[in-house]
Amino acid sequence: MIEIGLSHYLTVAAILFTLGVFGIFLNRKNVIIILMSIELILLAVNINLVAFSVYLNDLVGQVFALLVLAIAAAEAAIGLAVIVVYFRNRGSIAVEDINLMKG
Amino acid sequence: MIIPAIAFYVFAAVTVAAGVMVISARNPVHSVLFLILAFFNAAGLFVLMGAEFIAMILVIVYVGAVAVLFLFVVMMLDINFVELRQGFLQYLPIGALVGLVLMAELVLILGSWAIAPDTAERAASPTPAMTEVTNTHAIGSVLYTDYIYLFQAAGVILLIAMVGAIVLTLRSREGVKRQRISVQVSRTREESVELKHVEPGSGV
Repeated sequence: MIEIGLSHYLTVAAILFTLGVFGIFLNRKNVIIILMSIELILLAVNINLVAFSVYLNDLVGQVFALLVLAIAAAEAAIGLAVIVVYFRNRGSIAVEDINLMKG
Repeated sequence: MIIPAIAFYVFAAVTVAAGVMVISARNPVHSVLFLILAFFNAAGLFVLMGAEFIAMILVIVYVGAVAVLFLFVVMMLDINFVELRQGFLQYLPIGALVGLVLMAELVLILGSWAIAPDTAERAASPTPAMTEVTNTHAIGSVLYTDYIYLFQAAGVILLIAMVGAIVLTLRSREGVKRQRISVQVSRTREESVELKHVEPGSGV
């Protein structure tokens, strides 16, 4: 327990990942919380990448974590822009109201 | 030996607790603030692992940009969040089921994996010793040489995301009075001043 190894970090990442998936189901109506849950999932993935990178003495994992970070930022920006536009048009962001393309 | 362990458990516990609060807070503003807390503590975990550059980038990018963006959008939209929370408990069982299944699978993986003994020798870019090169220097010497195309591609993706976000949210509203300097400057005397001959005693 005192010696902190790879599996400790992997456990934290696993818990965070599960929390993210759980959050998507729990907040089925609120798109903003769903986006935040996706950020949590990406954070868990980053912890995994960096933990393996440090444990295996291979820097590529940290480079990859950097790229994941960039993509997460882009995803958040686009997602929030879509939410703002949707709110401007419909006055609501509830997920079940998003059915314009249902036909 | 005991200090890193204590630090790890504190950072890990706060990260997980903040994660729980992100998905269960009543007010989305509180969710965003707990997300910031989670990111800060994850950065602490990265520092503990010896990946300082990623830790600092995490604080700068997530707390400085993404979380502020979230906060901005949450505060800008006028939404009744109480209404959005209805049915919260209705999705709890299926969410808990999926979460438990996922957790069980992850535990199974965590309990049964092994790293091949010669993996460390086959590292694509081995980490140099901390005493020789700093973490940032080492990442830079890998990122700007072997992975320069990926780096450039990430930049292009960020550019596309920026253009996309601007295009999506830009709108030209009707009926807004603005100063148009070109119109002002191109006015001539003929079209703006008119001489009227007024008869004495008759008015205009």
